Amino acid sequence: MRFVGVYLALSAAFAAGVVNPAAAASVENGKTAFVKNGCWQCHGFEGQGSVTTSAGRVIADTQLPADAFAAYVRKPTGAMPPFSATVLSDSDLADIYAYLEARPKPQAAKDIPLLNQ
Amino acid sequence: MPKKDASLKLNRRKFLTAAAVAGASGAVSPASPATAATAAEPQQKLPSALPPNARVAAAEAGVPDVPPYAGEGRPGSDFMVDVIKTLDIKYLPANPASSYRAIHESLINYGKNTMPEFLTCTHEEVGVGIAHGYYKIANKPLMTLCHGTVGLMHATMNIYDAFCDRAPVIVLAGNDMDAAHRSPGVPTVHSAQDINAIVRDYTKWDDTPVSAQHFAQSFVRAYQIATTPPYAPVVISLDDGLATEPVRDYGQKLYIPKFVPTAAPAGEQGAVREAARLLVNAEHPVIVADRAVNTEKGIALLVQLAELLQAPVVRQRGRLNIPNTHYLSRPATVIPQADVILGLELTDYWDTVNKFVDNNAEGVGTNSSRIKPDTKLISISTLQLMTKSNYQEFQRFQSVDVPIAGDVEATLPSLIEAVKYALTDDRKNVAAQRGQAIRKDHDKGRDGTRQAAAIAWDASPISTARLCAEIYGQIKDLDWSLVPSSGDVSGWPLRLWPMDKHYHWTGTSGGYGVGWGCPASVGGALANRDEGRFSVSIQSDGDLMYVPGALWTAARHKIPMLAVMHNNRGYHQEVMHVQRLSNFRNRVANNGNDLGPIGTSIMNPDIEYHKLAESMGWWAKGPIKDPAELGPALKEAVAVVKSGQPALVNVWTQPR
Repeated sequence: MRFVGVYLALSAAFAAGVVNPAAAASVENGKTAFVKNGCWQCHGFEGQGSVTTSAGRVIADTQLPADAFAAYVRKPTGAMPPFSATVLSDSDLADIYAYLEARPKPQAAKDIPLLNQ
Repeated sequence: MPKKDASLKLNRRKFLTAAAVAGASGAVSPASPATAATAAEPQQKLPSALPPNARVAAAEAGVPDVPPYAGEGRPGSDFMVDVIKTLDIKYLPANPASSYRAIHESLINYGKNTMPEFLTCTHEEVGVGIAHGYYKIANKPLMTLCHGTVGLMHATMNIYDAFCDRAPVIVLAGNDMDAAHRSPGVPTVHSAQDINAIVRDYTKWDDTPVSAQHFAQSFVRAYQIATTPPYAPVVISLDDGLATEPVRDYGQKLYIPKFVPTAAPAGEQGAVREAARLLVNAEHPVIVADRAVNTEKGIALLVQLAELLQAPVVRQRGRLNIPNTHYLSRPATVIPQADVILGLELTDYWDTVNKFVDNNAEGVGTNSSRIKPDTKLISISTLQLMTKSNYQEFQRFQSVDVPIAGDVEATLPSLIEAVKYALTDDRKNVAAQRGQAIRKDHDKGRDGTRQAAAIAWDASPISTARLCAEIYGQIKDLDWSLVPSSGDVSGWPLRLWPMDKHYHWTGTSGGYGVGWGCPASVGGALANRDEGRFSVSIQSDGDLMYVPGALWTAARHKIPMLAVMHNNRGYHQEVMHVQRLSNFRNRVANNGNDLGPIGTSIMNPDIEYHKLAESMGWWAKGPIKDPAELGPALKEAVAVVKSGQPALVNVWTQPR
């Protein structure tokens, strides 16, 4: 489980104030992997999801830590199909997490006039 | 194509018909054209008494006025038009065909092309789809005509959708049964022994009339059956010989049976009282409504029931059922808490209280219950009154504690009265406390929905939430209607647009056949046009490419509507399915040069739907990829639609 190893190492470094884990992984490659592996199909290109496929829990601005995120992708418990390491490498998975972490945070709905009609 | 000489024709079928009538009347005199008198105009009747009220009139008047056909000599199809005109059928969307040329000619010349008005369609699927969409808005059926064999084959998918959605459509299928006299070649290829067979499994009733009188009986019966719950399409084989030849009455005056609407079946009183008892005494009653009510009266009744019980209502996607602005309108997440569930015309009761997850490589999936083991289940549904077995739209069998066969809207008044009777002061207090908690949850849910819509707000392609918010921003001050359409935009209109009229949301296709959305949206807009309402559809790309000719029908017949493309450049459901199977089989999906697995994308080249629409007489704009450009484009389009023209905005969107 290369990804978990990488994550643990990065987490330790992050805790020590050495490195930002999102910066260590490649956001750009994460975007490519996110599209190539079909994540966008259910989750949208920005991880915004849909009511059908995400049941209201979206992966943009995810609160899941990286290891929990990776564990779910490998062995999902809901409707999501599993992504094995054969299909999606650990490094690509780490990059996908970085890509999602790099998504711009949404504005507050109250500040968007069209959502207050 | 020369037509047969009716004077020479007395085939076995007609001989038997003539003999039977003659036996009854005691006179064997099948009239010939030589004896046929010139058709007289209908005679004016003078009033002889005070007019009866509607009920008395319906009971007393077995037949409406019928032009005198006793002398015969007039085309059979003229009589058919007289029959059709006794019913309230405003439009006839159809693709022209030789197998029904006789009635076509009668409709536009003898019938003056009114009631019904012929709407030219480019495909039989369009004709049926328009009729289906029209019904969902107007609550009235239309009829369509289909060419022999091949035309009815084209129509089948949308007939199936109407059947699954419990929508009445009157289908006349052209045919020429007389093998000895019909033209050889194409007309014979387009004829069948039993042309209705292809749709019998998904129509409620069908018939093959063999005389003019038989047609009159069958057509009125078909209309009555189609418009009695459970509503569904019906089909009548229209024999070209019968329609083309001079009408014959075989010695008996032709008549048109009077149509009297059938009272809808209501639930049995004892079962209704038991349902009320369970609901009133429940701590967490939940109402789930699917194809339950489609009228303002029905919506008001359902609101009344929910408020009496202070029970949350889960709106499935069959109809609006209850305003989404009402605090008792709640998501399906309340179902696991229920101790009593009232299911109203559920398409799939099993899936409402159970869960299936398609998460197994061998396609078996996993099943689990969504509810507590002792939850009591009540059903009011017409499912048991529909006895077709081949096509599996009835879904898995779910045993319920109180199954009530009946129409929801017809049953609600007695259920409301039974609930009022059973509600003690103590139970009223319990209900009131429950209602307060639900109101808080509703407010919280609304805030959460808006915040979810804010995610990816500025993304390109444009998010489906932004798409829907932008549309609503342009129509909110109008009397708008989201017409039946196909774009699956994650339910955002239902989540973001305040809906309290039945025509704000009329549900899905029923059978989920792709190719329904565009024609159904035109049908809905047709109904709205007559009411002066503004129609908007959310049109998916895959659906539009099945029968884009529906756009032309809208332009040709001046049906104003705004179609906003949900153009995600793929058959997205299939994009996801092939990806799933690839994952389950531990393979990397082969995308070729596309975004989705090979065979599922609609790109390379991208279809310019705005140009497609323009070519068929629509105002159009696109492709819009920048969310900042969407509002202004929609504003322009709305102005065009308000001027009476259809308009399409092609928007590149996120997948769902």
